[in-house]
Amino acid sequence: MLSQTIAVTGINVKSIPERWAPSLVIVIGLAGVVAVFTALLAMATGFESTLKATGRTDVAVVMRGGSQTELNSGLDRDSSDLIKQAKGVRVGANGKPVASAEMMIIAELLRTGSTKDASNITVRGVDPEAFVMRPQLKIVEGHNFTPGLRELIVGRGVTRQFSGAALGNVVRMRGSDWTVVGIFESGDANESELWTDINVARSTFGRTGSSSVRVMLDGPDGLEKVKASLTGDPRLTVDVVPEQEYFSSQTKQFRQTIGVLAGVVTIIMALGAVFAALNSMYAAVATRGKEIATLRAIGFGGLPVLASVMIEALLLALAGGLLGAIIAYVLFNNLSVSTLGQNFTQVVFNFKVTPALVARGLIISVVIGMIGGLLPAIRAARLPVTTGLREL
Amino acid sequence: MTKTGFVVANLFRKKTRTILTILSVIMAFPLFGLLQSLNSIFSSGADFIGATRLITQARVSFTTALPLSVVPKLESVPGVARVAYSQWFGGVWQENTQVFTFAVDPTRYHDVYPEWVMPEEQWKAFANTRTAMIAGKLVADKYGWKVGQKIPLSSNIYPQKNGSKSWAFDLVGIYDGSDESWKKQTNAVFINHDYFDEANQFGKGRANFFIVKLGTGADAAAVSKTIDAMFENSPDETKTQTEKDFNLSFVKQIGDIGLIVRWILFAVFFTLLLVVGNTMAQSVRERVPELAVLKTLGFSDGSVLGFVLSEAIALCLVGGVIGLALATLLGAMVEKGTGGQFQLNVNGLIWAIGIAAILIMSMAVGLLPALRARRLKIVDALAGR
Repeated sequence: MLSQTIAVTGINVKSIPERWAPSLVIVIGLAGVVAVFTALLAMATGFESTLKATGRTDVAVVMRGGSQTELNSGLDRDSSDLIKQAKGVRVGANGKPVASAEMMIIAELLRTGSTKDASNITVRGVDPEAFVMRPQLKIVEGHNFTPGLRELIVGRGVTRQFSGAALGNVVRMRGSDWTVVGIFESGDANESELWTDINVARSTFGRTGSSSVRVMLDGPDGLEKVKASLTGDPRLTVDVVPEQEYFSSQTKQFRQTIGVLAGVVTIIMALGAVFAALNSMYAAVATRGKEIATLRAIGFGGLPVLASVMIEALLLALAGGLLGAIIAYVLFNNLSVSTLGQNFTQVVFNFKVTPALVARGLIISVVIGMIGGLLPAIRAARLPVTTGLREL
Repeated sequence: MTKTGFVVANLFRKKTRTILTILSVIMAFPLFGLLQSLNSIFSSGADFIGATRLITQARVSFTTALPLSVVPKLESVPGVARVAYSQWFGGVWQENTQVFTFAVDPTRYHDVYPEWVMPEEQWKAFANTRTAMIAGKLVADKYGWKVGQKIPLSSNIYPQKNGSKSWAFDLVGIYDGSDESWKKQTNAVFINHDYFDEANQFGKGRANFFIVKLGTGADAAAVSKTIDAMFENSPDETKTQTEKDFNLSFVKQIGDIGLIVRWILFAVFFTLLLVVGNTMAQSVRERVPELAVLKTLGFSDGSVLGFVLSEAIALCLVGGVIGLALATLLGAMVEKGTGGQFQLNVNGLIWAIGIAAILIMSMAVGLLPALRARRLKIVDALAGR
C-alpha cells in the first residue's frame, strides 16, 4: 500500500510541470495568504519587541495616581523631589539618587515626504540621570545637548520617519527655536523621541514640575520599598510601575487591533484560496480521470490514489506558503514604520519576521492545502473505473 | 436558444467550477471594498472649499492648551461668526473605560454645532447648572444613563482641588445628531467648562480646541491664514485647519497603514487574477472542438469571441457585486461596532471603482482565451490539433 502510494504520488508530482498553470494557482494563492498574514503579524511583533526592549526591570516609573500614561500624568516640583528621595532608590557614586524627573511635551513634525500630515512626536525633558538609566542610548552623530540651552538630541527613528529634525535643523516650539545638536540610537522606543534638558523645557513651556519621575531601584526588593515609602506619604498620590510593565501594557491594544485585522483579512483570503485550490485540484483530477481509472484497473487501491492527490495538494500548498514567507521576509523584514502609541505620540519600530511567524504561516498553508485537496481526492478515489475508462 | 441563454448554459455546464470561481471572486471583493474605503480615509485631504468650521489649536500640538484670552481675538477676525472652545477631560467610566469627555462653554458650543439636537430646555439646564453634563445618545444608551441621574466619572488627568480624581456630574440632557451621519457620532460627553476650570487643581482658563464658525460667504483659507498670522512669534502660536482635516489628522496618525493596505490589495488582486484567468483558459481549452463546431455552423469569429468574453464578464460581475455588497455590510458593521469612530463607508465612489475593477479584471482574464477562440481554425480544431 505504501509502495503504491509512493508510485502514484511520483507519477502525479512528475506530471505537475505539464499542468503548471493550475498548479501555479494553488502556489500563488497560498503565497498571497501567507505573505499577508506574516506581514501583518510581523508588524505586531516588531511593535511589541521594540516596546519590550525599552523597559528595564530595575527602573520604575512614578506617575500621578490613576494616570496610566505619562501624557496624562503631572507632578509638581515638590512631589518630584520627594519621589527622588524615596527609600529603595539607588544612590549613585556622587551621593545623589539615580532618578530623573522627566517632562513629556508633544510637538508636531511632518512625515517624511508629506507637506501636510503632521504627526505627534514626544519631546522629553530629562535630568542628567536619565542617561544612566538608559545605558543603551548612544549619541552617534553630533553631541549631547548642553544643559541650559535650547538644544535637542533626536532619536534615529525620528530622523528616519519624519522631516525637520535632522542634525543642525531648527525646530520651532511655542515661539522659540531649538537646535538639533545630536542624533542618538538606542534600538528601542526611545529612538522615537526628541530629548532636551528638563529645566529649559520647564521655562519654555511655563511648567514647574514634571510628567513622571524615573527611579533606579536599589536591588530586587527596591520596588516594594519605593512603593511603601511613596504610598505611605500623605503628601503624594502616585502610582509606581516597573518600567518593563509600563511599556508592555502599552502593546496590548495594538496587538489586539492588528490581531483582529490579520484574522479577518487572513480568513477572507484563506477562503478565497481554498476555493481556488479546490478548483485546481478538481481540474487536476478530472484531466487525469483516465489515468486514475487505468491505475485502478491494474490493481492500485483507492486509498493510494486518495493519498497521492492529497500529497500533491499539500506539496503545492507548502511551496506556496514558503514563497509567501520569503516574499514577506524580503519586502517587510526590518521595514521601518511608525504608529500612534499609548502616549498619543508616534512610536517608530521595525517589522520583525520571526521563525515562529513563518512556522504559523506554513501551518495555515498546509491546512488550506489539506482542505483544498480532500474533496477532489475523495472524488478521485471514488471514480468508478468503468466510467473513467470510457472517457478514452 | 438566445445568445445570452447560451452563455448562461455554458457557465452551468461545470457547476462546481463556476461556483468555486465565483466564490473566490466573492472573497476578494469584501477585502477590496473595505481596504479601498480605508485607503480613501488615509489618502483624502480635505480642502477649504465648503468648510463652515475651522479648528484652531496650539501649533506645537493640541495637547498644549491655549489661554481662553484668544477667544475675543479670534472673534475679531473678519469672517468669523462665533467661537466655541473645548478641553479634553480624560473621562473614565467605572474601572477603565475611556469616555470621550470635553469641557465646553454650553452656549457657545450650542451656537457653533447646530448638528447636535436636544430640547431647548435641556440646553438651558446645561448652561445654568454648574455640575451639568450632557451625553450623546450612543453613550447614554451604551451605559444606560438617564436624564436626572448623577453620573460618577473620573478623570485620568485632572484631580479636583481636594486631590481626588473622582468627579460626578448631573446628566441634564441627551443629545442626538441632526442627520444619519451625525447620529452615528453621538459618542461624546460634554461638561461645563466654567465648573471644570474652577474645580480642578490646575484651573487656569485654558482649552485645547477652539472651534471657529465661519460667517456666510467667508473665505475659509483666508480666515485660517489671518488667525495663524495673528499669533505668530507669540508663546501661543496657532495652527488652524478645517474641521474635516482636523478629524482626519487623528486617523492619519495611525501611520503607515496606507502603505500596508496597498500591499495587501496588490497581493489579493494578483492572486485573484490568476485564479479566474486560469479557470477561463481551462474552460476554453476543454471546449476547443465545440467552438469549432459553432464556427462550422456559421457563427462568426466575432461572436465566438463574444461568447467567451461574456462568460468572463458574467463570472466576475456576479462575484464582484456580491462581494461589494458584503463589503458594504461589513463596513456598516465595523462602523456600528466602534460606535462610529471608524467610518468604513463603502460608498457610491467605492462601488464605482469596484465596478471598474470588475470590468478591467474580466477583460484581463477573458481576453486571451477569447482571442484564442476567435483565432481557431475549424479544420485544426476539429482534428484536435
